[in-house]
Amino acid sequence: MELSFISSILFATVVAGTPLIIVALGELVTEKSGVLNLGAEGIMSVGAVAAFATAHHTGSPLLGILAGMGAGMLMSLLFGISALTLMANQVASGLALSIFGVGLSAFIGKPYESIALASVTPIRIPLLNKIPLLGPSLFEQQGLVYFSWVLIAAVAWFLYRSRSGLVLRAVGESPVAAHSIGYGVVRIRYQAVLFGGAMAGIGGAFLSVFYTPMWVEGMVAGRGWIALSLVVFATWRPMRVMIGAYLFGGCMITQMFVQGSGARISIPAQFLSSLPYVATILVLVLISRNRSTIRINSPASLGQPFLPDA
Amino acid sequence: MKHRNLALASMAGMALLASTALMAAEPVKVGFVYVSPVGDAGWTFQHDLGRKQMEAAMKGAVTTKFIENVPEGADAERIIRQLAQDGNQIIFTTSFGYMNQTEKVSKAFPNATFFHATGYKTGKNFGIYNARFYEGRYLNGVIAGKMTKTNVAGYVAAFPIPEVMQGINAFTRGMKSVNPKAEVRVIWVNSWFDPGKEREAAMTLISQGADMITHHTDSTAVVQAAEEKHKEKGTWSFSYHSDMTKYGPTTQLSGTTHIWGDFYTKVVKQVLDKKWTGTNLWGGLKDGMIKLAPINPAVPADVKKAVEKLEGEIRAGKFHPFAGPVVDQDGKERVAKGKDMTDAEMGAMNYYVQGVASTLPKK
Repeated sequence: MELSFISSILFATVVAGTPLIIVALGELVTEKSGVLNLGAEGIMSVGAVAAFATAHHTGSPLLGILAGMGAGMLMSLLFGISALTLMANQVASGLALSIFGVGLSAFIGKPYESIALASVTPIRIPLLNKIPLLGPSLFEQQGLVYFSWVLIAAVAWFLYRSRSGLVLRAVGESPVAAHSIGYGVVRIRYQAVLFGGAMAGIGGAFLSVFYTPMWVEGMVAGRGWIALSLVVFATWRPMRVMIGAYLFGGCMITQMFVQGSGARISIPAQFLSSLPYVATILVLVLISRNRSTIRINSPASLGQPFLPDA
Repeated sequence: MKHRNLALASMAGMALLASTALMAAEPVKVGFVYVSPVGDAGWTFQHDLGRKQMEAAMKGAVTTKFIENVPEGADAERIIRQLAQDGNQIIFTTSFGYMNQTEKVSKAFPNATFFHATGYKTGKNFGIYNARFYEGRYLNGVIAGKMTKTNVAGYVAAFPIPEVMQGINAFTRGMKSVNPKAEVRVIWVNSWFDPGKEREAAMTLISQGADMITHHTDSTAVVQAAEEKHKEKGTWSFSYHSDMTKYGPTTQLSGTTHIWGDFYTKVVKQVLDKKWTGTNLWGGLKDGMIKLAPINPAVPADVKKAVEKLEGEIRAGKFHPFAGPVVDQDGKERVAKGKDMTDAEMGAMNYYVQGVASTLPKK
């Protein structure tokens, strides 16, 4: 295999993994506060259509990202009102949000279905992009790819090195204890939910403005659900989310390269397309198989509503 | 013309004091069941164009209604039954997976007429229709064979069913017929619709040297990917289902488009005129059920001419894209010299012909 092949596999892997990383990290923070928001698929859809429409009308991809983020926050606010203020069942609220979001995006997006956006030129990072092999695949990417790397570091630092991260985790572990020492559990959970919504919105924006610069109903195609399961299989650790996302993207791209090489290898196509899922789950389960790590990392109050006066 | 026929039909009906008179006076309801959202391009979009064309042609005589995004299987039966109960006299179900459900409902509503696309079961009030997409594919392949610089074409495909295999093999045979060095590489994405995956598959094929790209999936992502890579890699594309010039303004060389409107108008008229006696139609270029998308000006005039000549021969029945000898990838002869492949053989196609470089995934 030529070097340029490896380089293009790497490039495509990073692109395919990026929306998963962004969305999964948002969900990770949400879940760390003890809230299970299953609405990622719907939020991504609405984020994607909002970003596409804005980028189309203003001509600015950056404004598109901001619109996607805003739309994502609005959607997650809906979830917050239902699950945090009205204390409806989180699983049911999240599922409803997913179904609602996918439908709403199709409704809003109708007039935009026939439009194609110009593709956005990637940002080249000088010097770094001259590194052989890695340079062109890692440092000639879209801005949101770099953003996803910063996000990993930021989320890891926030959760494990900052005071507010500690508070957030405390809320997720034992809301009653956090409440009794004076932290506003519901307020903190709202913030976490909004952050998760913002990231899912940006993930959607990445799909419709950068990845495939167009809008069609159903274009998120299950990526929201993949991001959700990544969080669980990565046992709520940011670095593992990244490993999982790239592994998933990598397997998907590599199997395509094998097929497209014209090499005479006879493997069932169904197996090849299930490979990303199987490999990702397998690897993540293996690196997180220690029971106590799962217990330590999984937020103890996940999915349970909190009644401040109780 | 059409109006006069209708008027005649209704007059005849009145003379007989039959209920047809009432039907002609009041628009007949025609229902459509779609498997995906209509969208802006693709399988369902083409059926909806057909529905609109038919409604316009039968102005006043019919009203149409469609239900989109109906999953194949048990849910479909409920929807089809509902349409029949609501008084739809003619119902078109436009996806393979509706076959058994349509058959079942057609038995329960003997006075309505049902049409099912791409299936193989028929009944007294239940007809089927499909199109010979492979004819267009062959012609696309000829253009690809003439235009390619790398001698590699890339094909993004959904599932290895006969209809998709026919397309891949016809394209390959067309390409090989004018360029013996050509090869076709196939990537299966195992999904009819996932723009992200389709795009990645196209990009993969392009980065591995394919400069002719086509697809048997439902979105416009592949054509867009080719447009994007044109400057850097000299990539061209062929669209499927719909004309996607809008998404590949400079790089779409041609495509195979589905045209259902004429067929819908014809059978609806037959049913209204009480002249329908059953439909089992597999129509191609000749029947106007498929059409080549406009040929890009970048294609040299002599190539365009040759393709048009070939198209005429297919229409006239003088040339068959699977005229023997048809040799599969492993060198086995599937159709002998001097014979054309039969419809039954095409319907069971489960192998690649010579010229496809990839290996068929095992079942």
